[in-house]
Amino acid sequence: MAKNAWWIEFPQMERETLVAIRKALDGAYRDFSRSYGDVIEAVFEPLLYFLVWFEKLLLNAPWWSVLLAVCALAYLTSRSWKIVAGAIVAFLFIGFFGMWEDTMSTMSMIAVSTLLAIALGVPVGILMARSNRTQAVVTPLLDVMQTMPAFVYLIPVVMLLGIGKVPGLLAVVIYAIPPVIRLTNLGIRLVDREVLEASDAFGASGWQRLVGVQIPLAFPTIMAGVNQTIMMALAMVVIASMIGVQGLGQPVLRSITNQYFTLGLLNGLAIVALAIIFDRVSQAYGKRLQLQYKQAHHG
Amino acid sequence: MAEPMIRIQGLYKIFGAAGEAVLPMVRDGMGKQELLDTHGCVLGLRDINMSVPPRCIQVVMGLSGSGKSTLIRHINRLIAPTAGEIIVDGTDVAGMDGATLREFRRHRASMVFQRFALMPHRSVRDNVAYGLTVQGLQSADVEKRASRWIERVGLQDFADRYPGELSGGMQQRVGLGRALATDPDILLMDEAFSALDPLIRYDMQNMLLDLQTELKKTIVFITHDLDEALRIGDNVAILRDGGMVQQGKPQDIVLTPADDYVADFVKDVNRGKLVRVESIMKPGTTCASAPAIPIGTRLERAALALSEAAAKLGKVTDRDGTALGIVSQLDLLDAMVRRRRPSP
Repeated sequence: MAKNAWWIEFPQMERETLVAIRKALDGAYRDFSRSYGDVIEAVFEPLLYFLVWFEKLLLNAPWWSVLLAVCALAYLTSRSWKIVAGAIVAFLFIGFFGMWEDTMSTMSMIAVSTLLAIALGVPVGILMARSNRTQAVVTPLLDVMQTMPAFVYLIPVVMLLGIGKVPGLLAVVIYAIPPVIRLTNLGIRLVDREVLEASDAFGASGWQRLVGVQIPLAFPTIMAGVNQTIMMALAMVVIASMIGVQGLGQPVLRSITNQYFTLGLLNGLAIVALAIIFDRVSQAYGKRLQLQYKQAHHG
Repeated sequence: MAEPMIRIQGLYKIFGAAGEAVLPMVRDGMGKQELLDTHGCVLGLRDINMSVPPRCIQVVMGLSGSGKSTLIRHINRLIAPTAGEIIVDGTDVAGMDGATLREFRRHRASMVFQRFALMPHRSVRDNVAYGLTVQGLQSADVEKRASRWIERVGLQDFADRYPGELSGGMQQRVGLGRALATDPDILLMDEAFSALDPLIRYDMQNMLLDLQTELKKTIVFITHDLDEALRIGDNVAILRDGGMVQQGKPQDIVLTPADDYVADFVKDVNRGKLVRVESIMKPGTTCASAPAIPIGTRLERAALALSEAAAKLGKVTDRDGTALGIVSQLDLLDAMVRRRRPSP
């Protein structure tokens, strides 16, 4: 007989049972990560190589060549000199205040995690668009991924892979992938039915229809998703630094523990500068593509 | 008549999950509304039988909801039939497997759509080339054939533009060019000109008729516009509520409508411009001085010829001038103005 009647105090489960459940689950997961941790780490090995290689590339290249590459990329995608000028100013500011190396680390992290998110997210989005059942399964998963506090899924990732670059990358990708999946799904579902019918009528196979019609027409929407993914990846940089990811997050983390306000502010501003550049470049690219298609069906 | 290019036999289409299950009831004559109320199925087509001779323009006419767009989509199986056969050049389209069907769509039949359905991300050139790209042809070949068709539909100055930059009429020329570029035997035109302004529509009809004298395709043309149907159709079929009401030559439909529905449809048609004199001529002979009216003359012209000659009777002659029969002013007048009732 409980101390209080069930209508006064919530009839919760026994403390011992709860502890037992937690122990059982934690134990099972620990056993799993002990026995399969190495295998899973081996799977991510190539990713680690790529990440390290890319980071070294950015760090070892002379600063002006990196700046030149960034400007060229910004111009090619956005065709806007204003954005290029903004990028130059931002990078000079970053370099002058001694944050160049951390910025390169962060950029390589963002680049690799965005590529990974696109490589995984676009196919998932396509599958979602093809079947309502897949959509019904994946949508709640994405909801959970987006609302679950990032710290919570750092735990299993760290248990599985320890701390370092790969678990950091994984955490960033989990956090940042939902927009690209959602918007790929949406973009493909929004493709004009009549255009699809036309492609069927000319005998296009499923693949020809996907590659020739659905993806190109969904592309501006997919780009909006990529833009969101980049922004979320940047937002994750500080949190990921807690599990050993190098970059602009590290000094911020140090500033929190040591109360270095200026250091924190400068690195925070550097993250903001990167975010603005990435955002403007990817948005301008999406807009430029959209302009081409926009007037269709308004003849 | 030659072996038909397209032969549709006993075609039924019932939309809805229980389509096949309710088919027997529909065959027994269950109506559209009753079917919807009792089984939640929509009757698309009911017992369609139709033959389209090769190299002719077959118009299928009906108001919206009559099933005409559903019918044309059965010919390239964008919609699969509930029952029946669609035999194109000896092969049943309904029985084709996926690969055969794709081949059929790539090479034998192409389609022009009411709202153009162009690919907004491809230039005019790439839109016209779409069917060829889908066939997997080499780019040099594609380029050559696409260019020829772009020129043929008069868009050579716009080849690098995007569909969004063109007017409706020009967009549909792209649609026509795209359909013709694969050199299909069959052209399916689903209200192809209905979205265009009357003047542009008239131009496009002329362009189609021009192309047809040269290309001799088998064309199935859907429209809700009677004038358009009578103008371009070698044969006209009239659909109503998913069923076939009447099929025949344009002037037969105008002169002898099958029922009140068709009679109502054709009551305002200018028969003088449509009907040819041989269809109302009577056997008989007349004096040699009677004006000769060559076979194929429209009633209006014939009436003008008689009134100019101040004659009551004219003789209808064939191309060599041999008299075939006679036609009177009264007959002409009657054929042009009297309201026709359906033949009992």
